[in-house]
Amino acid sequence: MNDAPTCKVEIRDVYKAYRVDGQPTEVLAGVSLCAAAGTFVTIIGPSGCGKSTLFSIICGLQQPDRGEILFDGVPVRQRLGAVGYMPQRDLLLPWRRVLDNVILGPEIHGEDIAVAKREARDLLPLFGLEGFGDSYPAALSGGMRQRAALLRTFLCRKDILLLDEPFGALDAITRNGLQEWLLEVWQRFRYTILFITHDVEEAVFLSDKVYVLSARPAQVRREVRITLPRPRQRAMTLTAEFAAFKQQLLEALQDSPHSQVSTT
Amino acid sequence: MSKKSKRLLAQAVQEYLPPALLIALFLAVWQCATWLWRIEAYLLPSPWRIVQAGVQARGLLSEHVQQTLRETLLGFAAALVSGLILALAIDLSSFLRRALYPLLVVTQTVPIMAIAPLLVIWLGYTIWPKIIVVALVCFFPIVVTTADGLRSADPELLALLQAMGASRRQVFLKVRVPGALPAVFSGIKIAITYSVIGAIIGEWVGASKGLGVFMLRASNSFRTDWVFVAIAISSLLSILLFLAVAVIERLALPWYYTSARAERWEEMSA
Repeated sequence: MNDAPTCKVEIRDVYKAYRVDGQPTEVLAGVSLCAAAGTFVTIIGPSGCGKSTLFSIICGLQQPDRGEILFDGVPVRQRLGAVGYMPQRDLLLPWRRVLDNVILGPEIHGEDIAVAKREARDLLPLFGLEGFGDSYPAALSGGMRQRAALLRTFLCRKDILLLDEPFGALDAITRNGLQEWLLEVWQRFRYTILFITHDVEEAVFLSDKVYVLSARPAQVRREVRITLPRPRQRAMTLTAEFAAFKQQLLEALQDSPHSQVSTT
Repeated sequence: MSKKSKRLLAQAVQEYLPPALLIALFLAVWQCATWLWRIEAYLLPSPWRIVQAGVQARGLLSEHVQQTLRETLLGFAAALVSGLILALAIDLSSFLRRALYPLLVVTQTVPIMAIAPLLVIWLGYTIWPKIIVVALVCFFPIVVTTADGLRSADPELLALLQAMGASRRQVFLKVRVPGALPAVFSGIKIAITYSVIGAIIGEWVGASKGLGVFMLRASNSFRTDWVFVAIAISSLLSILLFLAVAVIERLALPWYYTSARAERWEEMSA
């Protein structure tokens, strides 16, 4: 299978620089990537390489200095509210009960709150939050808060989701459980997911395609298709095939920071 | 008694016993000192004598207390409304912030005792000078804490709402206002403890009724015991008003107290 002609999300040659203490600092230096509809695409790179900047550009909080963002093949400049965005921290509103937190998207778009709540309540069990709809976020564990934030992102009902290291702050056991769970939920809704991580194993386990970014200024150093069959099983992480994918990603990450984009 | 109510009782004892003991000890020393050294009642009446004087003057006191309470509440209401409006103005425009902030500080540097007689000259022996004095004393903490509370919203949270497509107004109402409420209540608690004193100062410079008037008259006729009665009542009023605010806060911000409890729970189990 070669690159699908239609990308659900396409980032075309995006540049972004910031001024840090008067010094212009280039963060993104011509990043291009493509996620076909319904695929799980992961972006991996050294920390501080500009992955989160890329996300805040895609969701419209910032504009690129050069380059463009295309949804369904069409360049979109006004992107606020167009994708479901989940930042690293769960950012649940502490004064809202879980159920009121997760319907924030529909509420902002002026939809019927009672309907949204009913729908959210039906989804609580799938998100492992059954019985916690009326709790305040402070009463939840880290994993539950993250699932609540994810439910909030899902309920925005955008067919593109940007997940910025959603499991980064969790312990390994909780993280493994949530990865499997996320795949299950994704298989059900079939959204297009862009996922940021700096965990190689997580990237291989979850994705259809992984983009490896270089250190800042970020460029795409390698694009790796993960051809492991779905549904993914945890046992696959022990296979030679899985290890080979990990090896590829690690090599791409460990190339000298200023080397050019590798051509496989 | 159930296990839970027993534990609550034990907690209450643990929390309130130390201050109660200290106050009791203080009153006992005071009482004994007035006996031992035969201190004249017009210099320092004993606590017991103050209680007796209070009982004796209770018919006379009620209208004074009512007047002071009325001034306090009206002045506080004025402070609350003006304080919140000013905080909003400061929050909405950085021009207004720069223009207003220094002026607000200046209002707090002017001695109230100098302003109060002027207010009486301008507005006469009405309730207005007292309301204004209370409002002047109370509005400042409310403005400052509210403005700071609105400003301290988590920028990542604001960005998230923006990314979800929220308008400025939605961000303000759904994130910044609820997030500022704990700070607003802190300001209100500071303000309410000063409010009764404000009313009494307002009465000193010119009034016919109120605890301040009662205090002045008692002191001019060397009824030191009545002065102490007035002091005790004004403290009690302040404490009751503070408690009322604390109760309202608890009802209005249940999330704030549940999260505080959860944190405490984590600390103990760690």
